[in-house]
Amino acid sequence: MCLTEKKRILEILQKDCRLSIEQIALMLGLESKQVEKAIQELEEERVILKYAALINWEKIEDEVVTAMIDVKVVPQRDVGFDQVAERIYRYPEVKSLCLMSGGYDLSVLIEGKSMKQVALFVAEKLAVLEHVQSTATHFVLKKYKSDGVIFEDQAEDHRLKVSP
Amino acid sequence: MRTAREYVNPVIENLPPSGIRRFFDLVANTKGVISLGVGEPDFVTPWHIREACFYGLERGYTMYTSNFGMPELRKEISSFVEKNYEVAYEPLEETLVTVGASEAVDLAMRALLVAGEEVLVPEPCYVSYAPTVTMAGGIPIQVPTYVEDDFQLTSKALEAKVTDKTKLLVLCYPNNPTGAIMARDELLEIARFVEKHDLLVLADEIYADMTYEGKHQCFAALPGMRDRTILINGFSKNYAMTGWRIGYACGHAEFIAQMTKIHQYTILCAPIMGQMAALEALKNGQSEKERMLIEYDQRRRFVVGRFNQIGLHCFTPRGAFYAFPSIKATGLTSEEFCEKLLKEEQVAVVPGNAFGTSGEGFIRVSYASSMANLTAALDRIEAFVQRYKG
Ligand SMILES: Cc1ncc(COP(=O)(O)O)c(C=O)c1O
Repeated sequence: MCLTEKKRILEILQKDCRLSIEQIALMLGLESKQVEKAIQELEEERVILKYAALINWEKIEDEVVTAMIDVKVVPQRDVGFDQVAERIYRYPEVKSLCLMSGGYDLSVLIEGKSMKQVALFVAEKLAVLEHVQSTATHFVLKKYKSDGVIFEDQAEDHRLKVSP
Repeated sequence: MRTAREYVNPVIENLPPSGIRRFFDLVANTKGVISLGVGEPDFVTPWHIREACFYGLERGYTMYTSNFGMPELRKEISSFVEKNYEVAYEPLEETLVTVGASEAVDLAMRALLVAGEEVLVPEPCYVSYAPTVTMAGGIPIQVPTYVEDDFQLTSKALEAKVTDKTKLLVLCYPNNPTGAIMARDELLEIARFVEKHDLLVLADEIYADMTYEGKHQCFAALPGMRDRTILINGFSKNYAMTGWRIGYACGHAEFIAQMTKIHQYTILCAPIMGQMAALEALKNGQSEKERMLIEYDQRRRFVVGRFNQIGLHCFTPRGAFYAFPSIKATGLTSEEFCEKLLKEEQVAVVPGNAFGTSGEGFIRVSYASSMANLTAALDRIEAFVQRYKG
């Protein structure tokens, strides 16, 4: 299967990973067997990492606290930022971690049950790590959009039910 | 006083009510319907286009424009048409901005037809052509096309219907409702027919940018056809802008001047808000258009594949966003099929005969709907067909 077809499969799954192999095969004009094989390969190559739902937790839980923490790091000879990064991303509290260009080095996304819990994590775990120079914590007050999905958007169909 | 009806112009009174209208009322009174009967995109107009309209309003663009439409928009239309369809029109004299392609169709009929002249209308087709011909005093002549020929129009079919009163031929490819497109060679044959009988052509190419497997061939771009053709296009489908009501016509300056006369007395100009948005669409809308097209294409394959699995033979549409499967295997007429499907499975599709008698035995299924809707609707159709196929 060519790369474009694989990309199409990935785009479809990224939008809705509950579509069946048969549906995807029909959508792309491929055989089910081909799609099945391609997906299996993509999983083995860890191109596809997992199949997950995008959830608006604020509707279910009273308090979910998300914070973005800018971390400045002194890079290490030979390993650069990777070693510090690993020390950080191993914590299950860390939901995502990126190396950034600009005013700071690592951007850490943390979720916790309360502000206090998050603040303590930063103070006790992050700030004290060797090579970490400084941290700045920003709490998320409201999520408007994530992964391309607008949280408050009502996907309502305003069209006439039948038209020529 | 006579009854109100007796005051009404009999030409108007005798226009057949749209088959779609009747069906619309049925659907409106049914609960929990998944509708695949919609002739417009399910996408909302891309954000940057909506935003261009807000900014335009903010800057005070709230007035009439030139009767022809904003010169800047006409220039953009003319260069878009030249670049994409390979036919050149003078922006200021050969391009007219209208209230949807719909208005352009009406203007062309009224500007060209003299009472009693005949217009060849290949069917199945969009519902507006025959009534606009009639209202302009002309006589619409049906020319059936068949699934056996992939809904292609042939000069043979046209020769059977042409008379010395024939003035105009309507072409709508990519086609609503069949999704058929016509390739260059087949259109060249039609062009020879047009020349032989000295006809004009109204080419409604509103789905031109929505083709899959093969690029659109603009009829006006064929040798000798530019000055015989009124090219009609718009923004409703390709840019998901149905509500903005902006379309356009391109053609010989003389035709456009006469059409503009009617337009100027009856409409004055197309709304400026829509024109501002259309300008933005042409300038920056190509990538969103392509993104939508990729989605339509996936749904198209899915829908056609499912119909064939279900056992309703489905011609492969190569343009627009409609599938036109045959329902003959069920032994039902188009209308029976649609009414029963609506009642029993709460899925709305449009009976094929709403698009002309040669549409009998088919249904029009719009795949301008989410994959979730399409999946659910096709499962319901499958259950329905299993009951009736016996
Ligand atoms: C073939 C065809 N022409 C014209 C139109 C009308 O388009 P507009 O919204 O530009 O008036 C439609 C809409 O359904 C159509 O399918």
